Amino acid sequence: MYIPKKSDPIRIGFYVCHCGVNIAGTIDVKAVADYAAKLPNVVVARDYKYMCSDPGQELIQQDILEHRLNRIVVAACSPLLHESTFRGAISKAGINPYFFQMVNIREHNSWVHTDREAATHKAMAQVRAAIARVPLHKPLEVKKAPINPNVLVVGGGIAGIHAALVLANAGKLVYLVEREPTIGGHMAKFDKTFPTLDCAMCVLSPKMSAVDKHPNIRLWTYSEVVKVDGYVGNYRVTVRRKPRYIIEDLCTGCQECVNACVYKKPTFPDEFNLGLGKRKPVFLPFPQAVPPIVMIDPETCIEVKTGKCKKTCVEACGDRKAIDFKQQEELREIHVGTIIVATGFKTFDPHRTPYYGYGVYPNVYTALEVERLVNSSGPTAGEVVLKNGEKPKKVAIIHCVGSRDENTNRWCSRVCCLYSLKLAHLIHERTEAEIFNFYIDMRSPGKSMEEFYNRISEEGIQMIRGKVADVFPDPSPDANGRLIVKAEDTLMGRILHVPVDMVVLAVGLEPHPDADDVRRLFNMSCSSEGWFLERHPKLAPVSTPTEGIFLAGCCQGPKDIPDSVAQAGAAAAEAFSLIDRGHIEMEPNTAYVVEGECSGCKSCVPLCPYTAISFLADKQKAYINEALCKGCGTCVGACPSGSIVQNLFEDAEVFSEIEGVLAD
Amino acid sequence: MKTEGNSGSGAGWSPRIVAFFCNWCTYTAADLAGVSRLKYAPNVRVIRLMCSGRVDPQFILEAFARGADGVLVGGCHPNDCHYVEGNYKMLRRARMLERLLEGMGVERERFRLEWISAAEGEKVKVVVNEMVERIRALGPLGWPERMGEWDREVAALAERVAVEERKQQEGEVEHV
Repeated sequence: MYIPKKSDPIRIGFYVCHCGVNIAGTIDVKAVADYAAKLPNVVVARDYKYMCSDPGQELIQQDILEHRLNRIVVAACSPLLHESTFRGAISKAGINPYFFQMVNIREHNSWVHTDREAATHKAMAQVRAAIARVPLHKPLEVKKAPINPNVLVVGGGIAGIHAALVLANAGKLVYLVEREPTIGGHMAKFDKTFPTLDCAMCVLSPKMSAVDKHPNIRLWTYSEVVKVDGYVGNYRVTVRRKPRYIIEDLCTGCQECVNACVYKKPTFPDEFNLGLGKRKPVFLPFPQAVPPIVMIDPETCIEVKTGKCKKTCVEACGDRKAIDFKQQEELREIHVGTIIVATGFKTFDPHRTPYYGYGVYPNVYTALEVERLVNSSGPTAGEVVLKNGEKPKKVAIIHCVGSRDENTNRWCSRVCCLYSLKLAHLIHERTEAEIFNFYIDMRSPGKSMEEFYNRISEEGIQMIRGKVADVFPDPSPDANGRLIVKAEDTLMGRILHVPVDMVVLAVGLEPHPDADDVRRLFNMSCSSEGWFLERHPKLAPVSTPTEGIFLAGCCQGPKDIPDSVAQAGAAAAEAFSLIDRGHIEMEPNTAYVVEGECSGCKSCVPLCPYTAISFLADKQKAYINEALCKGCGTCVGACPSGSIVQNLFEDAEVFSEIEGVLAD
Repeated sequence: MKTEGNSGSGAGWSPRIVAFFCNWCTYTAADLAGVSRLKYAPNVRVIRLMCSGRVDPQFILEAFARGADGVLVGGCHPNDCHYVEGNYKMLRRARMLERLLEGMGVERERFRLEWISAAEGEKVKVVVNEMVERIRALGPLGWPERMGEWDREVAALAERVAVEERKQQEGEVEHV
């Protein structure tokens, strides 16, 4: 094998990728290769159809051996995509992986420009900069740091539950933090799931109790992450545990306290049933709640509010002494190496579409409310009834409420068509009511989904292609609360007025209102809609730009249960692959002080957000602890004497790039 | 082969803009603009840095000196910096630099600091296009030529000083 020597003259190999027609369609790649061949130090200059393919990489490796190349420049896609591919390839051929520079002529050039001549000219400038820069590159070593094997999963919906179980089953310690008093998320509220119509809780509750009993899972419900410090492998996370006024370890979930409460009847709107049912100030969120522990709502409990209650609940609890009215909020710090964010979604608030009369007419429901109505453990024990207690005879289901609409949300929420079909089936099954589905387009992609649509349509559900314009009360004297749904049937080309007893709004999925705060907490990005942004939509769909933080479930975008679970498994696997390697590899782009040139002015010391810079009093020089340095280069940019150097982004390297892009 | 380029003010002149983009937000946003196939003016050449905090004011002056007609710095939005607060450090330097550039007769439009998040591919397009249009209206900055003039002025001045000094020395010798 050829081993390059320090004293060797610079010998650059240059490669420009066609990327099929992605690059070659806009940029004259041959001209770019010819141009590069004439630049200083360039020994080989080639164009090739797909540089990232195996033959493309082998081409470079062969040239390294044959032409004794010691620097490589590849003009192709974004370095964020394939820099590591090429670094790996050249290091296999025996040269330092950092003797490499990538030129982004796809994302930053051929895809955004149309004029072939201008694009080619720009590509040459970009290439010139890289070829000017690469001779200055120094051989660097990837740095390794140990990784903490513990994992934090944020959010206890189906995605978070699945990810936590996968990792815990593999023997990793998992902290599962959930904001609500119970895990289960939205799925726990559903009655049946499409397309199989199997019972949601029958599938979910075994997983929930597995979480509760798992020796490797620390389940913290009614808790929120408030601070995240550190970096991949070594995150320090602060979790706020809100007081539930119950000592979790002592409560057995017997609910004697609930029965004994001074409120004889459930009086307050029950959050789990979206206010359709009632609960007491002390309550279990729902029968299968995990952990199976009651909580006391400080807003409604007389003792918490005034301290003047008879405390019959404490009496009922007796010797177990699980009730603690003095419980305070607690901040706990945990140390983990990786984090999976699975914070889910919220459903669209139909108050924003006032023309559908939600909150005005009592028999206009959201789909999630209807899920609770059809659920046998719901507020009506599974009876679909109107507010007056009667069964509806005609029900309208309005699709795309808060989806695919310029005035609300532009995206398709993906699950509404299918859950609307499911609800149509369930409501019809319970009430024998006539069901009208008003849809814009019927979207049923995915395994067994189209078959499900066909099955439901054959059950005699009315399908009307048209967006509902208005819902208003029937003006006739015998209306009895009946509503009129006005829509254009776009297939028949006529306006319909359909009288119904009940309207179900198929509300879309939205990011949580505090998604932006959560994003900041974990140093992630949001798409313009507010969904958390994956590192790459196809190649890194569960990774985020921040190493060691992964995404699962609907916080990344609307998806159904199978996809959420699949994604959770993928996120767990990504975390696992990091943990099992035992160490993390860090880009060696850290900074160091050239002691001889440091004047000891201390300007850099307060600039470092990681306190990596200290001042050596004995030598009167600044010193950078490279283990703490994250490689931002802020101190380098600020040093008045130019005595701090950032690896990979040295002043001389950047200056040569500036000169390169402008030298024409 | 010159639809853009040459710093001269002849026909076919088109502005040249050097952009320093931070790796995490703005560079990624420019990648997103590409993936979304947004179209913008080809006059911008991007140099990737890890953080806008790495941008040394000298990079910007060097770019102007080498013939850039405009310089764009892109970083993460305030509070979103991957490195906590590098973007704030750049903001401070930018404020200083703006005053310096003003004193040197560089129009405001030629230097721009923008916060562009990884999701704002559209903003990359808008900012670049806007900048190209404004600088096109201003015309070339022409620092390389002007620097030549300044160099000659300084050289002439140095020559004069040297002559004076020589005269003085000779005078002193005569005096003795």
